[in-house]
Amino acid sequence: MAIEVRIPTILRTYTGGEKAVAGNGASLSALIDDLDAGHPGIKDRLVEEKDGKVDLRRFVNVYINDEDVRFIGGLDAPLSDGDQVVVLPAVAGGSV
Amino acid sequence: MLTIDQATYDAIVAHAKRDHPDEACGIVAGPEGSDRPERVVEMVNAAGSPTFYEFDSTELLELYKEMWARDEEPVVIYHSHTATEAYPSRTDIGLASEPGAHYVLVSTREHGNNEGPVEFRSFRIVDGEVTEEEVNVVAALPS
Repeated sequence: MAIEVRIPTILRTYTGGEKAVAGNGASLSALIDDLDAGHPGIKDRLVEEKDGKVDLRRFVNVYINDEDVRFIGGLDAPLSDGDQVVVLPAVAGGSV
Repeated sequence: MLTIDQATYDAIVAHAKRDHPDEACGIVAGPEGSDRPERVVEMVNAAGSPTFYEFDSTELLELYKEMWARDEEPVVIYHSHTATEAYPSRTDIGLASEPGAHYVLVSTREHGNNEGPVEFRSFRIVDGEVTEEEVNVVAALPS
């Protein structure tokens, strides 16, 4: 069994239009590396380097089994086979 | 062109006026691929700010799961500007992530919470490029 990852519309250019792809990894960062191996470029849309440390991009939300990963360890959040991962870009903006 | 029914248009304007001076935000969902804005979903502006809006991350997931279950997509994504024109800011453009959606902007800068006309404009935002489109308000969407 693998981990199902729900891909938002804007990132489906990396998955050949697929709405969901399967991946593997014991943590979110390992899963993202695994996804990037099969869908090159997707990692760069999910994470960024800040002050020498790689972190999720501010306006990308990732959920593991409906939990926002920011509350369960971020990129270090643990994963197991059968987990459901959802990626959703923030809906945000502003007047300045 | 955005074709929107009067009741949906009025609901968006009412939301923007009610939340002034903070930015109001929400979506209008419709069947996938239909381009029909049918179901207004008002969202809480988690930023609670006159110059910024952001859907709460938990509510965002709830919203998308509900749309997936109903085979819907966000046909319109709307928000208000409360002191500036109804035109996408650099932030709006940089963060726009639904290339298929109509981005509606309402400006409440003239009348705030009070009665009176607002600017109501619609845009496509794709790969950082903004294209304004005509807004066609109809009594009811064609069946």
